[in-house]
Amino acid sequence: MSIRHDPLIPMVAVVTDVRTDTPDVKTFRVVGLDGKKPFAHIPGQCAMLSMPGIGEALFSITSSPTNEDFLEFSIKKCGCVTTWIHEIEPGQQVTLRGPYGNGFPVDTELRGKDLLIIAGGIGLAPVRSVINYVRANRQNYGTLDIVYGSRSKEDLVDYQEILDEWMAEDGINVHLTIDREQPDWDGHVGFVPNYVKELNFDTSKTVVMCGPPIMIKFTLAGLEELGFQRDQVYTTFELKMKCALGKCGRCNIGDKYVCKDGPVFRLDQMEELPDEY
Amino acid sequence: MKQIAVSGLPQLLEAMAALEALYLPVQQGRSAQFTRYEAGMELSQDLNTGRSAKDLFFPQVENLVDFQVSGKNIEVVERRDPGEDFILFGVRACDCRSFDILDRVFLSEPQDTFYASRRSRATVVTLACHAPEETCFCTVFGIDPADPAGDVTAWMTKAKLCLRANTKKGEKLLAALPMLQDGGEDAVVAEQAAIHAVTEKLPLKDLNLTGFDGDHLMEKFNSPQWAQLSQSCLGCGSCTFVCPTCQCYDIKDFNTGHGIQRFRCWDSCMYSDFTMMAHGTNRPTQLERFRQRFMHKLVYFPANNDGIYGCVGCGRCLKKCPISMNIVKVIKTLGEGTT
Repeated sequence: MSIRHDPLIPMVAVVTDVRTDTPDVKTFRVVGLDGKKPFAHIPGQCAMLSMPGIGEALFSITSSPTNEDFLEFSIKKCGCVTTWIHEIEPGQQVTLRGPYGNGFPVDTELRGKDLLIIAGGIGLAPVRSVINYVRANRQNYGTLDIVYGSRSKEDLVDYQEILDEWMAEDGINVHLTIDREQPDWDGHVGFVPNYVKELNFDTSKTVVMCGPPIMIKFTLAGLEELGFQRDQVYTTFELKMKCALGKCGRCNIGDKYVCKDGPVFRLDQMEELPDEY
Repeated sequence: MKQIAVSGLPQLLEAMAALEALYLPVQQGRSAQFTRYEAGMELSQDLNTGRSAKDLFFPQVENLVDFQVSGKNIEVVERRDPGEDFILFGVRACDCRSFDILDRVFLSEPQDTFYASRRSRATVVTLACHAPEETCFCTVFGIDPADPAGDVTAWMTKAKLCLRANTKKGEKLLAALPMLQDGGEDAVVAEQAAIHAVTEKLPLKDLNLTGFDGDHLMEKFNSPQWAQLSQSCLGCGSCTFVCPTCQCYDIKDFNTGHGIQRFRCWDSCMYSDFTMMAHGTNRPTQLERFRQRFMHKLVYFPANNDGIYGCVGCGRCLKKCPISMNIVKVIKTLGEGTT
């Protein structure tokens, strides 16, 4: 009897490059053993990375699907698996399975829209994939505004890419902010929710948002004050997962499994779920 | 319909065990457990096993894959146990329904091939419940203990064991047991009538599930009753471990000294670290964890599965909970009126 390969059994992949983004965030470039990109994905989808003996955890894929060469993961050091991952040097093999989840509807509901991307801290990781996908398919989208905030200048993930590529490109408005004044910063200072309100965006935009729960909560209130409707806002969840296949039971919220029905939810859909995220 | 005198049961078990590995309820101390048959073992007279029959398809612990790590390199080593064909004898109607529920989880895409392999290799022989107990409420979920499903259905009367094949697999099994004789249906009809006479008097038979569905999801979730219901829950997880439909699992790595074994084991949504992440948990108190278990069985699962509840009324949790909290009390408290 032939037994199909089980979806819980991962492939081996190699970390080919490690970039230190911030004091606690590193970005890892990953390819398959054949040197090629392990699989295709949609912006907002995730993958299970693991080091045997340490554990497996789910991370959003921060590279754009338009990148043909590798996958990238921006990972904040905050727990057992991520602490180990931060010790990785190029050449280290890891295990990988995915992609998982629905991703942002970049080719359907977001297409043709003026986009407002809002991110806080490591929340840039999943939306960077959207941003670079939109940049690569610029003709399919309207205006692109990005509001990104972090604790300090040093905590801005992908800062060099933001300066060199996003800010340098016509048709993209990047609005950066940090929580507290610091000497080498002449940009905006303040929390993301207030900055979004100050910027007084046109309510015709479609919003893609990711950040800490507290940022999402207050930004949402701000957007509502500006007149945005809940069906204009998309966000992505992060919950404990073990299988990522909708079976192990951990990420169950209401009648949804965040790993397969999410992690991306439109706010009006999210509101139909119990407040347990 | 096939039949054999009760006195021929040892011979029948021996013959089945000669065909394939045979698992059946055998008395072990104070409770019956599904046990691999060895010569001389007897079928337990208990109504049901202490642990459910799910163990045979979804074992408490199983190895998924091994890894060999050397320097920066990793090798994935699949050492999957190919398993064997087996007969699962004496499954009650409630446990048999639990397989349908587990199938909806593990056989939905992407299929869990470990579970799927064991399911495909099993022939399930169910046994009608001669005398359902006061903790039984399977009929509430549309299960008939007098006519359980499975590849073969069996009825044990005073004088004989009657067997009916329901599937091709079941027909094949019965055809391979020459000691079985053809028989009429009279004994089965009488046994079914006797069982129904019992089920009609069961105290939990009128448990009312009205309002437990996806349309009332928020109303049930937001009920103020959860605080009182969950107050004395110890979070011991006994209910999840004896439950035939609980299927939450954990995946962990174990360093054997000769490599890494990645294994899967049962887990419980009643435990405080079930959803714990580095930045915290979304179910911080026992109220949220208690609510999750019952909301999943009574509201979320049916909302996603054509109205099928994630409970089969086996009554194990009623017997095992150290503080006597259980799904019946939850249904009665949150329900829209129960007699």
